[in-house]
Amino acid sequence: MSDPILTLRGVKTDIAQYHILHGVDLDVPRGQVTMLLGRNGAGKTTTLRTIMGLWRAREGSITLDGTEISGRTPPQIARAGIGFVPEDMGIFADLTVEENLILAALSGPLPEDRKDWVLAAFPALRTFWKMPAGNLSGGQKQMLAIARAVIEPRQLYLIDEPSKGLAPAIVATMARALRDLKREGASILMVEQNFSLARALGDHAAVMDDGRIVWAGAMAELATDTALQERLMGLKMEVA
Amino acid sequence: MTRAATNLAPEHAPKMARLSLAARLEPWAPLMLVPALILAGWLSIASPSSWLTLTVSGLAMGMMIFVIASGMTLVFGLMDVINFGHGAFVSFGAFVGVSVLLVLTGMTGAPSLVLNLLAVGLAILAAMAVTGAMGFAFERVIVRPVYGSHLKQILVTMGGLIVAEQLIHVIWGGEEIFIGRPEMLKGSITLFGATLEKYRLVAVGLGLVLFLAMRAVLRGTKLGLIVRAGVENPDMVQAMGYHIRRVFVLVFVAGSALAGLGGVMWALYQEMITAHMGMEIMILVFIVVIIGGLGSVEGCFIGALLVGLMQNYTAFLEPKLALISNIALMVAVLMWRPQGMMPVIKAK
Repeated sequence: MSDPILTLRGVKTDIAQYHILHGVDLDVPRGQVTMLLGRNGAGKTTTLRTIMGLWRAREGSITLDGTEISGRTPPQIARAGIGFVPEDMGIFADLTVEENLILAALSGPLPEDRKDWVLAAFPALRTFWKMPAGNLSGGQKQMLAIARAVIEPRQLYLIDEPSKGLAPAIVATMARALRDLKREGASILMVEQNFSLARALGDHAAVMDDGRIVWAGAMAELATDTALQERLMGLKMEVA
Repeated sequence: MTRAATNLAPEHAPKMARLSLAARLEPWAPLMLVPALILAGWLSIASPSSWLTLTVSGLAMGMMIFVIASGMTLVFGLMDVINFGHGAFVSFGAFVGVSVLLVLTGMTGAPSLVLNLLAVGLAILAAMAVTGAMGFAFERVIVRPVYGSHLKQILVTMGGLIVAEQLIHVIWGGEEIFIGRPEMLKGSITLFGATLEKYRLVAVGLGLVLFLAMRAVLRGTKLGLIVRAGVENPDMVQAMGYHIRRVFVLVFVAGSALAGLGGVMWALYQEMITAHMGMEIMILVFIVVIIGGLGSVEGCFIGALLVGLMQNYTAFLEPKLALISNIALMVAVLMWRPQGMMPVIKAK
């Protein structure tokens, strides 16, 4: 794999007295979508939070576009060019939808073209533009969380389980927006439990178990190999 | 593809239910408490002129408490820090401000409103500069090592308050200092038969201007957005690229400077200052911060006005109840809204 946008080597993270990541090695290719898969508790969210600097890696190196970012603070990492959608969405309920997005635009006012694109992808946000984000439904909050991450172009997007707890129709809206983002040439590292969505969006897959990457390769390979799926993730599903 | 398109999420245009008048007014209930209390005062105080005097006095007191409490509620909301030392900035501000006024007797004694206000303005600037700098040092030395531990914060900031009070004794001596108001702010005007002290009217005006300015900063600027978002979810603000620690230090310094400003206002209100005046006023400040809802500037404003009015009305109607009236107010508000009147929704 040539010139990955993000590289993790031997990343170990502890949370309190627990060792969560036991040496994660991962390459995220530039301009493509990489899916981070694995059972609950495998360390996927911790990996994303460690990349963002929200958990401090005890050991190992994390490089973004060739620059070492481990040991930096979350604001420095965000400004280095990473857009982050956390698992709990991190919406500011007291701020309006507009204010949530203004805050996400680091370099000044909301860029009009991106704003138009986001509102076309998620029309519900236009409806609630001036209302407190706390009034949004779960799906709309997730749309806002993604909109916030993409309101300015970033080098890399980290998206943690965007389909969690959402109705299929909303997941479809989300998938369409992410596909648009992908067409734009964005580099995305996404945690996803919904394998159909992961298969539809992902170019690459990395499977985690017990704080390590246990398999990495092309999504097409994982998608067609049911035995591999079952071995890696305990998945038993019909492949359409 | 067309089939896929029909599967997309519908545009949820909000459907508005027909709410009863009571349900529609409910979110605005805290805002109506101040007029309701003023009305209750009107009904229970037989003389309209006394009522007007007490109302202006209550509003003036409330505004001063708001100025002191606003910084504290933001510090509390933003970094979950309980700062018992906040009262030290009130005392220090008062002593610095009064010292400046005592030097500027030429200006305060002149029968010119401009010169008088200029003197008060200089005293306020000096007080805010000193207490702001103290706040910076206080955050670095005393608060920073105890982030995340409320018990340690209470002990350590309380210790800081005691040290600051003793420092005042060292610098200014142990005696209280009397300070007359500037010439043109002395005395009162008569309106509808009520005697209204000029200084209290100035205090109400100044408090209102500060509240509106603070609201404008919090609602209309990016810094304000960062502060409001940080009160809710500091981790996410960091992950979006903002150094919340720096913002916190800024808020701490601004809050300390505002406490210093409140100290000068309070000194001119009481016309006497002591080293422990800050600690005394902190009881009212805590009540205001709690009933307003931690981290809410609007809630703090309403709470401060309620406390000021309640104190003045009960002191007139039943002086023996004045001491407990505000505690009773706090109990009543917390029974109605246990998180305070306008709580900030925390992500944690």
